[in-house]
Amino acid sequence: MAEQLLVVDRVTRRFGGLLAVNAVSLSAAEGRITALIGPNGAGKTTLFALISGFLKPSDGTVRYCGEDVTGEPPYRLARRGVARTFQIVQPFAALSVRENILVGAHLHHRARSAALQAAEQVGREVGLADMLDRPASALTVAGRKRLELARALATEPKLLLLDEVLAGLNPSEIRDIVPVIRGLCGRGITIMMIEHVMQAVMSLAEHVFVLAEGRVIAEGTPVQVAADPAVVEAYLGHGAAAKLGAAHGH
Amino acid sequence: MKEFAPIAIVAALLGAVPLLVHSNVVLNFLVVALMIALAGQGWNILGGYGGQYSFGHAAFFGTGAYVTAVLQVRYGVNAWLAFACGIAAGAAVGAVVGGLTFRSGLRGSYFALVTLAFAEVLRILASVAPITGAGVGTLIKLDLRAQALQFQSRAVFYWVILALVTLALLITRLIERSRFGAWLTAVRENEDAAMALGVDATTVKLGAMVISGAITAAAGCFYVQYFLFIDSGIAYGTWISIEALLTPIIGGVGTVFGPLLGALVVKALGEAAQAVTGDAPGLDLVVYGCVLVVVIWFTPRGLIGGISELRGRFGRLAAPMREIGHG
Repeated sequence: MAEQLLVVDRVTRRFGGLLAVNAVSLSAAEGRITALIGPNGAGKTTLFALISGFLKPSDGTVRYCGEDVTGEPPYRLARRGVARTFQIVQPFAALSVRENILVGAHLHHRARSAALQAAEQVGREVGLADMLDRPASALTVAGRKRLELARALATEPKLLLLDEVLAGLNPSEIRDIVPVIRGLCGRGITIMMIEHVMQAVMSLAEHVFVLAEGRVIAEGTPVQVAADPAVVEAYLGHGAAAKLGAAHGH
Repeated sequence: MKEFAPIAIVAALLGAVPLLVHSNVVLNFLVVALMIALAGQGWNILGGYGGQYSFGHAAFFGTGAYVTAVLQVRYGVNAWLAFACGIAAGAAVGAVVGGLTFRSGLRGSYFALVTLAFAEVLRILASVAPITGAGVGTLIKLDLRAQALQFQSRAVFYWVILALVTLALLITRLIERSRFGAWLTAVRENEDAAMALGVDATTVKLGAMVISGAITAAAGCFYVQYFLFIDSGIAYGTWISIEALLTPIIGGVGTVFGPLLGALVVKALGEAAQAVTGDAPGLDLVVYGCVLVVVIWFTPRGLIGGISELRGRFGRLAAPMREIGHG
C-alpha cells in the first residue's frame, strides 16, 4: 500500500442550513490517480475548495504530507505543492498563454529567465507549444483546459487536483489529453480528479470515491464502484438498481 | 538592457526641450504636465497593473506635499530631506490604507469608494488641524538656492521633475519584468486563479499600494516646491485624484508610457480649450470628460492600446501586400 499523501478526515462544510459536505473521509495514495465521481450537486467541487484552502471546513481535518493543513490559505498550500485547476476555467484573459504559465512558474523560479524557460517547457508538455504567444482569450475550450493544467503544473506540484478537465471536450480531444494526465502520474505527481467522463475514469483511476448528497457512498476500484448498487441508485434514482438487476435477469 | 532603451530615448528627447525652447509658458506647461504624469504613474502601478482602481490618490499627493512643506516651515528640516520624508510618508499612507482595505477584502467599487473616503477625511483634517495651517494653508519661504530645492530657472525645475518621471518609468519597467509584476497582473486578471498558483494576493496588492503611494506622493512633494504653497483643497482635493486616474486611463492603463502620454495629451487639450474659450471656469473639466468618452469609445485600452492595435491592423494589411509584391 502506497503512502497516503492526502488524508481528508470527516470534513464537513455547511452553508447556512445546507450541508454541502457531510463528514467526508477520503485519501489519495502517493503517485496514484484517485477519482472523485458523483451526480451533480454532490459536493465534489466544494470538497476540492476545502482541500485547496478556498473554503474553510466547518468541521474535520485535512492532512497533507502528514501535516495538518486544515484552513490554510490557497497560496500557502500551493507553496507546499498542492495545485488545482478550476471547473470553470479561469485564464488570465489579457495575458498571453506564455505569461499565464509564467505566473505559476514564478512560484519556484524567482528570476524571469528561469521562469520563462520553465513555462515554455510546461507549455510544450501539455501541447500548447504553438500557442505560447497567443492571448489566452484566443484559445478554444480544449486549449483553455490545457492552459489550466499547464499553469497548475508550472507550480511543480506534488498533489494535483483536477476539477473536470475533460468536461466540454469532444472524444478526440479527450483521447489527446488522457495520455498527458497519465504521463504526469508517471512523473510521480499524485492526482485527484473530479470527472464525469466515466471512460476516462475507468482507464486512468486506480481508486474511486463516489460522493452523493455530500457523503461518500462508495469507494473501491473503478470496476467495483461501477457495480455497486448504491452508486447506480445515486445516479439513476431509488429502486433503479433492483430494476436493472431484474431486467438483466430476464 | 533592450527594454530600457525606449525610456532612455524619451528621457533624452524631453531633456533636450529646455535647450531649444526658452518660453516660460511652454516650460511651465510641461512642468505641470510631467507632475501630473508622475501622479498618474503612481496610480498606474496599483490601478493599471494591479487592477485596483483608486479614486483617492489625493491621499498620497497631499500627504507628500504637506510633509515636505510642514517639515521645512515648522521644523526647519532641509528641503531635500523633507522631500524624501514626503515620499516615505506617501508610502506609509499606502501601507495603512492598503492594509485596512485589502485585509478586509474590499474589491472593485468598494475599494474605490473607501480610497475616496480616506482622501476626503484627510482633506477635512488638514483644513482644521493647526499643524497644516488649517484653512489658511502653508507657505514655503522663497529661497532660490539649490540646497533649498528651489531654482531661479524653470528649466532646472523641469529637469528635476523629468528625472522623477524617468525614475518612475524605470521602476514601472522593472516591475513589469519581475516576479512581483507577474503576480500583480495575475491578481488583476483573476484573484482566485492567482491564489491557486501560490500568489499571496493581499501582500502583492499591499506592495503595489506602497509603491503607488510613494510615487504619487513624490508628485505632491514636487508641487509644493514648485508653487511654494499648499492648502487642503489643493493637497487632498478630488482634482488630483481625478487627474491621477485619468492620465493613465487615457494614455493606456497598465503600460509604461501610458500616464506620460495621457498627461501630455490631456494637458495640451485643456490648454487649447482655454485658449479658444477664454477663462471660462471648469471648461478644461468638460474637455477631460469629452476626451475620456472618446478614448473609451474608440480604444478602451487607451491611446497606447489604440496605437498598437492600429499597427497590428496595418501589419495584417501590409503582409498580403508584400506577398503580392514578391509574387
